[in-house]
Amino acid sequence: MYSVKEPDAGTPERKSSEQVTLEIDGHAVTVPAGTSVMRAAADAGVRVPKLCATESLEAFGSCRLCLVQIEGRRGYPASCTTIAEPGMKVRTQSDPLAKLRRGVMEMYISDHPLDCLTCPTNGNCELQEQAGVVGLREVRYGEGGANHFKKAEKDTSNPYFDFDPAKCIACSRCVRACEEVQGTFALTLQGRGFESKIASGNTDFKSSECVSCGACVQACPTATLVEKSIVERGQPDHSVVTTCAYCGVGCSFRAEVKGSEVVRMVPNKDGHANHGHSCVKGRFAWGYATHKDRITKPMIRSSIRDPWREVSWDEAIAYAASEFKRIQAEHGRGAVGGITSSRCTNEETYLVQKLVRAAFGNNNVDTCARVCHSPTGYGLKTTLGESAAPRTSTPSSTPTSSSSSAPTRRTPTPCSPRR
Amino acid sequence: MTHIVYVPIDATARSVGADDVAAAIAREAAARGEPVQIVRNGTRGLCWLEPLVEVVTPAGRVAYGPVDVADVASLFAADFLRGGAHPLAHGRTDDITWLKGQERLTFARVGLTDPLSLADYKEHGGLRGLRAALSAKTGSDIVEELVRSGLRGRGGAAFPAGIKWRTVAGAPGPQKYVCCNADEGDSGTFSDRMLMEGDPYVLLEGMTIAGLAVGADQGYIYLRSEYPDAERTLMAAIEAARAAGWLGRDVLGSGRAFDIELRRGAGAYICGEETAMLESLEGKRGMVRPKPPLPAISGLFGKPTVINNVITLASVPIILDRGAQFYADYGMGRSRGTLPFQLAGNIKRGGLVEKAFGLTLRELVYDYGGGTASGRPVRAVQVGGPLGPYLPESKFDVPLDYEVFAAAGGMIGHGGLVVFDDTVDMALMARYAMEFCAIESCGKCTPCRIGSTRGVEVIDRIRNNERRGPNLALLRDLCDTMTHGSLCAMGGLTPAPVLSALEHFPEDFQR
Repeated sequence: MYSVKEPDAGTPERKSSEQVTLEIDGHAVTVPAGTSVMRAAADAGVRVPKLCATESLEAFGSCRLCLVQIEGRRGYPASCTTIAEPGMKVRTQSDPLAKLRRGVMEMYISDHPLDCLTCPTNGNCELQEQAGVVGLREVRYGEGGANHFKKAEKDTSNPYFDFDPAKCIACSRCVRACEEVQGTFALTLQGRGFESKIASGNTDFKSSECVSCGACVQACPTATLVEKSIVERGQPDHSVVTTCAYCGVGCSFRAEVKGSEVVRMVPNKDGHANHGHSCVKGRFAWGYATHKDRITKPMIRSSIRDPWREVSWDEAIAYAASEFKRIQAEHGRGAVGGITSSRCTNEETYLVQKLVRAAFGNNNVDTCARVCHSPTGYGLKTTLGESAAPRTSTPSSTPTSSSSSAPTRRTPTPCSPRR
Repeated sequence: MTHIVYVPIDATARSVGADDVAAAIAREAAARGEPVQIVRNGTRGLCWLEPLVEVVTPAGRVAYGPVDVADVASLFAADFLRGGAHPLAHGRTDDITWLKGQERLTFARVGLTDPLSLADYKEHGGLRGLRAALSAKTGSDIVEELVRSGLRGRGGAAFPAGIKWRTVAGAPGPQKYVCCNADEGDSGTFSDRMLMEGDPYVLLEGMTIAGLAVGADQGYIYLRSEYPDAERTLMAAIEAARAAGWLGRDVLGSGRAFDIELRRGAGAYICGEETAMLESLEGKRGMVRPKPPLPAISGLFGKPTVINNVITLASVPIILDRGAQFYADYGMGRSRGTLPFQLAGNIKRGGLVEKAFGLTLRELVYDYGGGTASGRPVRAVQVGGPLGPYLPESKFDVPLDYEVFAAAGGMIGHGGLVVFDDTVDMALMARYAMEFCAIESCGKCTPCRIGSTRGVEVIDRIRNNERRGPNLALLRDLCDTMTHGSLCAMGGLTPAPVLSALEHFPEDFQR
């Protein structure tokens, strides 16, 4: 979940040349064919209550909060799994719908610990929010019934997040995120009926297939899967959009911040390279941000024997430029060059080669990605007749082949949905 | 002259010693030097007379039952091989009142033949439907014949089979499937099992016709794991049908391909729900899919799929053979043809009665069933499995027609009846309905997953007289949420037996 609330249309975007116009609570709305009624409602500015639906995952239809009424149809179809049709007249609010939603919520809360004030997601919990939205005022099932919270044991084995089954509403968003977003299939629903529970196989999270990408944590609408940093430090107060510096993919993140301290990094769903997904590095390994060893000011030294000296950017750049010139004057134009890291973005790499060619006047430029991805390039060229590093995230494209030794480890984010 | 003796191989008969009886008859015959050929047939459906032994006499087949191993010597002594008189004798099988009044179309061969004999099958009218289908000009001719017959899904939902086939036939795509739902899990039902054990080829024939009609070349039978006898029989039947060229790349030399695979479930009631069955067939956890998309458009592996119950598919060959009108002439209203009703629970004469729609519970429970086994008055009958309402005697004269019966608060479903006498505690039965749902829910949707468990608890409180008034109101609200909010019929229909118990037997909640 994002701490700083982001709109969630509930089901994934559909692209189609065909447009469908329907009516939601009297508002006409036009959406691409294949769009769910829930998403069409969101487009019309109507928020339908929901818990198991989120726009990063395909509709599932399990929570039954998003039930609506459609003219000419029997019963109460779920708006997440019902596809918008031309001329459809949808009602999202009515007395019977309000009663049904409260009935469903009453069931949910009858199996939920009422410890909101001390819960890590207090104030940022979809279950809490939806209980308010549907106007739940009492839970008549009383205490002493079967439940999942009294004897639940927390799994704190993962270094980055905790799994607290006491808070689980069995919506399967985590299971589906692991399948659909990450492609790791580490999670499953075990048992059936009331006994259904989320499991990381038959072992704890740390020993499971989990790669700690965090997609499940992000998908969880309650405090069942929550970052340890949130447990320790509480909810952030604002967020800043930034780009992950770990590799050249350029995943967009929202750095969620409390004061000036990062408490969580959440992949940005508007990020063109990552579409709301991330890998363990950008998601959880951000401790360097405030680490004491982190270099945050330019420094220079004229010899390896001298100590580093903090200087202004102007001085640092001027010094580097003068030294490049001196070396070229003493040893020739070809005596300098540039090599970029695989952590650099395409834009950064482009700028460096521009500098080398235009300013240095030679062609001594390379990127380390050419080395580590040379098998990729060779393989693609051989099999497809064209080669390019598998860097662009193309979730809608057909599977791409790659013969890099370990693409999913080097650039896990764009690779995961294609596995 | 070799005497032909029939001893049923049906699981019901075997459960009460048919195998031992068959062995004892063989031993006794050998000892007496009587030449006897024992044929293991399907059951005639007179469960209270099992093991029902029949001998072929010049006057026809003569029945003896229920036969115990201890009776075998006296049967021989009474010369039963020639139809001799004996306390267990019932005369000519065809003259037994219970069978005589029945209209056996789907079960025409069951009990008469050796289930796995290809020759028996052909001799008793088998393959005629398939041959008629193969000589039809197009698949849509077959589909329209089925539409005209009025056959509706016998699994419970009663959706017109022909309309479903028409949808699949019209769906685009080169690969389509036919799936037979043989996950017969409703309490008090056994017609699918008796048919699969007693006449497996008719099911294969019906599926093949479905394949020809919609353009599918592969069929799957999803069989519940609790039917090991049916599994053996079906496996052997599929093998034999392939070897005989009834199945495979060239069905009866027509150049058309159709084959069938048997898949076994793993003991989940919910996998009888068609979309959960598809998930299970695909090798996944048996969880309900939202509809739409309809399986007819996007079913098994996302392909257009016919899903029909065993009895539905097994009723197809006779429709193709005798014509839609022949079948449609049976029944009433929009309920055409016959339904194999299954009598179970506290009933004197349990078994299978195939009759045209329109008869009543009274005829089934009293005329066929003979009242309760305990001899006490009948108090309630549950029709249509564990999700069917409990009906009091005041409903016993309502004709069994899908619409009329539903209007009276009943559900025909798969045609199973479970009878209760006046010692039944209907509040406990209401609790059982919720408990069944709690155990068998797939766990996907909230009303079914949590609601059923809460239902058990609330009924317990009502039975213990804890805040009875508010808890009764809560139970009704809970039932309302389950009825209207559940994803599939499992959660949606579980309130039916609960509410019917509250409506017809309120006194049981006030004890």
